[in-house]
Parts: sequence; structure tokens; C-alpha cells
Amino acid sequence: MWVLSGIAVMVLGFVLRFNPLLVVVAAAAVTGVAAGLDLQAIVSAFGKAFNNTRYVSVVWIVLPVIGLLEAHGLQERARGLIAGLKGATTGRLLTGYLLIRQVSSALGLTSVAGHAQTVRPLVAPMAEAAAEGQKDLTEDEREHVKAMSAATDNIGLFFGEDIFIAIGSILLMVGFLEQQGIILSPFQLSVWAIPTAIAAFVIHGFRLWRLDRQLGQKEAGQ
Amino acid sequence: MIGLPFVYTLAGLTFLAFAVLSLRDASNRKRWGNGAFWGLLALSMLAGDRLGDFGNGLLVLALVAIAGTGQLGRGAGGTTAVVRAERAARYGNKLFLLALVIPATALAGTFGFEHLPGLVNPKQVTLVSLALGALLALVTGLAWLRPHPAAPLQEGRRLMDSVGWAAILPQMLASLGAVFALAGVGDVVGQLMSGVIPAGSKIGAIIAFTVGMALFTMVMGNAFAAFPVMAAAIAVPLLIHQYGGDPAVVCAIGMLAGFCGTLMTPMAANFNIVPAALLELKDRNAVVWTQVGTALPLLAVNTLFIWWFAF
Repeated sequence: MWVLSGIAVMVLGFVLRFNPLLVVVAAAAVTGVAAGLDLQAIVSAFGKAFNNTRYVSVVWIVLPVIGLLEAHGLQERARGLIAGLKGATTGRLLTGYLLIRQVSSALGLTSVAGHAQTVRPLVAPMAEAAAEGQKDLTEDEREHVKAMSAATDNIGLFFGEDIFIAIGSILLMVGFLEQQGIILSPFQLSVWAIPTAIAAFVIHGFRLWRLDRQLGQKEAGQ
Repeated sequence: MIGLPFVYTLAGLTFLAFAVLSLRDASNRKRWGNGAFWGLLALSMLAGDRLGDFGNGLLVLALVAIAGTGQLGRGAGGTTAVVRAERAARYGNKLFLLALVIPATALAGTFGFEHLPGLVNPKQVTLVSLALGALLALVTGLAWLRPHPAAPLQEGRRLMDSVGWAAILPQMLASLGAVFALAGVGDVVGQLMSGVIPAGSKIGAIIAFTVGMALFTMVMGNAFAAFPVMAAAIAVPLLIHQYGGDPAVVCAIGMLAGFCGTLMTPMAANFNIVPAALLELKDRNAVVWTQVGTALPLLAVNTLFIWWFAF
């Protein structure tokens, strides 16, 4: 039971808003000590895992290109394009992006889009511009539209990618079930991601429709 | 064969450039901190495999010491809104084409390299394609826009500073997951979850599995760590063997219940904390809060789906 104290450290650290990097290190130390490891073993285990997971930090290599494009007015251009489109609303725009993201992820194209590659330079400024066309945004509404843009990317990715047979989570399940003596093909698992993918589109699409109503309604009341 | 070493070298050189540019940025009061932070990350990318486990551990502790004591700052700079508007008018919608070079290359690479066996390591084809896309877009951008040659790196560093310590949080949390696994955290959680199921209740077991997947995923930050534990504790012994559920349905939808948890936790940093930093949101948990409204109903739907489709 004591090995769970690291989880308590995590929750407490996040709630008290300490620097998350410090919280993670503290949680690792507490967990390791509770499991009877010595400090050097904990530091080594952490270092080994850090080195093995470097691939998650590789995405930052797109920043020079994104920075160059932004310095040449990409965000302004994205805003201008949306502002010039009749009938473009935040909800419709993000619903369209949700569909594209789900379909492309389902085809295995998970790193084609993402927060650094598409959300910051294109999707968020477009959603913001569309919202500006609907009403004068308060600071909180502006933040909400941006957060919704990031959320839409995540939801499209998560509930599209499992339809693709060669994605990590499907292969993990195939391997796990094989150890349990249950032989399944990746395809048998991936088809069962389709009902949830549809449900995710309906639920999130409904929320985006409601966002449009909120943005539009306030304009009518002004 | 092109694989991760190529990608890590490219990333290492990029971070090295960020470090050098940070040190030379007189407008940043904390430039030494920034320089050291990005420099250490460059070292990790370029030489991580030669540092040894303990050496890498010390490197991580140094990164955390720099960020945790508030030594990371942000330099001034960047272009003014007036200049950007003027350039946006001059370059027009062709800017979008350049922006699409990265996704287009990632797309072409993912499919194309399949037909060129031996050239790119098939397991790492997406990351390699992404890196090639970034390079290709950079070269095209330099040739077309003709900025100062250091401008892309300078602009990249500016964006990197706005992300700050959040840049390595996903990697830190993944490493914490490894320590948790070593300490056997998963097994304890699995036992706890299987202990709360009312005996003989099929729907109780289904709810324990889906909610357990979501909760455990929230703790670990990814559903991959939660799945083997929750499946071994609940799905296989109860849902599949005792109640005769279809293993494909139970597992596939159970994993997606875990993904609902991913949406609701700061532990999934690269999806939830990093975009908040990239979009410069005031509340670093804003994306998590926004996603709860989709994740909770979807978790309920996943629970119903297992109930309907698996039995």
C-alpha cells in the first residue's frame, strides 16, 4: 500500500500548484523509497526511462518552421481567411476539424496534425477569428475558444486512431490477450473502436454546436 | 537505414541552437538558466545513450533544479503586429502551402517509405517523416521568404521559451510511470479496484472496469499503463471468463474508456499541459477542464457499449 504514496504526492503537488517537474521528481523518490529502492537505483531508473522516451520531445523540431511562418503573418492570414468566409462559425470550423482529425487518425496519420504543427499556427487563430465574427469576445471566452481548439484536436486523435490496426494500443492489446491465451487479430479489435468514434463525434459535435449558440446568443442580447 | 538516431541528432542540434541563442539574448534576465536548460536537453538528445542510466538521471535532476528554482525566463523579441500584417498581405495564402509541407511530408513518408524497404526503419517511419517534413519546410521557407538565415532558429527559440519547462513534462511523466511500474504501483491499484466490485454483479464489474481504466489512466497519464493491470484484475477473470464477454469488445472499448481518462488529467502532459503553454493560456489546466464535458458522457457511453455489445 505504501507504494501508492507517490500518487498522493502527485495529487497534492498539482493541487498546491508546485512546479510540476519538482512534483514528479518528489513522487518518484517517495514511490521508490516506499518500494525499498535505494536513491541511486531510483535516479538510474528515472534516467533510463527519460533516455528511452526522448522521442516524445522530438516534436519541438517543428518550432523553427512554425516560428518562421508566424513571423511572416501565418496567424494573421488564417484569421483573415476565416473572417472573409460567410457563415464560418467557431463550432462549424472545429466540427470540420474534428472530422478531418478523426478520419486521418483512423487511416494511421496520427502525426500529420497536432498542437505544435496545426493547432497553434492554424486551428486556434481560425477558431478565434470565427468567434470574433460572432461577438466581441471577453478574455475568458477567448481562452475558452483556444482551449476548445486544443481539446478538439485531442478528441479527434484519441477516438480516431484506434480504428487503425497498426496503432500502439491495438498491438498492446493483441500482445496482452495472447499472454492470456486469447488469440485475436488487430482487425477484430479495431472495428470495435468505431462505435466509440461515432459517439465521440456526436458528443463533442453537440458541445461545439452549443458553443456556437452561446457565442451567437450573446450577440443577439447585446 | 534512417531511424531514431537521425531524428535525435536533428532534435539535439535544434536544442543546441536554442541554447546558444538563449545565451546571446541580452533581453532575457535569466538567459543563463535558459541556455543551460536547452543545452542539457541538447546533450540528452545527442549523447543520451552514452551517459549511462545514472548519468541520465543526474541530467534530469539538473534540468529539474533549473526549472524548479525558477531559472527559466523569456526573452523579448519577435516581430511586431504591424510587420506581420504587412507580410501576411504580401505573401498571401501561399503561407498555408508552406505550413502544409510538414503534414504533407509526414503523409507521403508514412505511405511512401513502405515501398522503399531498407531506407527508413519501419517502426520509426512517422517520426522520421515528421523530421524530414520540418527540414523540407525549413529549406523551402528559407528559399522563398529569404529571411536572415538565423531567423527560423531565433523564432523557434522564442516559441520554445513560451513553452518553457512544460516541454519536458511529458518525458518526465513517462519516466515516473517507469518508476511506478518498478515499484509495483499498478498491481496494488488493480487489487484495490477488483476489491470494490459487488459479488455477482455483471454491470458492477463493467463499471469497475471502465471507471477503473479512466481513473488509473488519470493517475498514470496514459491508458497503456492502465490496460494490462485493469484487464488482468477485472476484464479477463470476470468479464471474459466468468460472464462470457467477447474479449475483442471488452478490451477495445475498455482501452477507449481509458482514453476518456487521458482527457481529464494533467498527467497526460503532451496533450493537456503542453497545448495550454503553446497557446499561452492563463490557466495551465484550461484544456483539461474543457475536455471533462466530453470525456464524462463518453465514458458512460463506453460503459453502455460494453454492456450491450460484449454479451
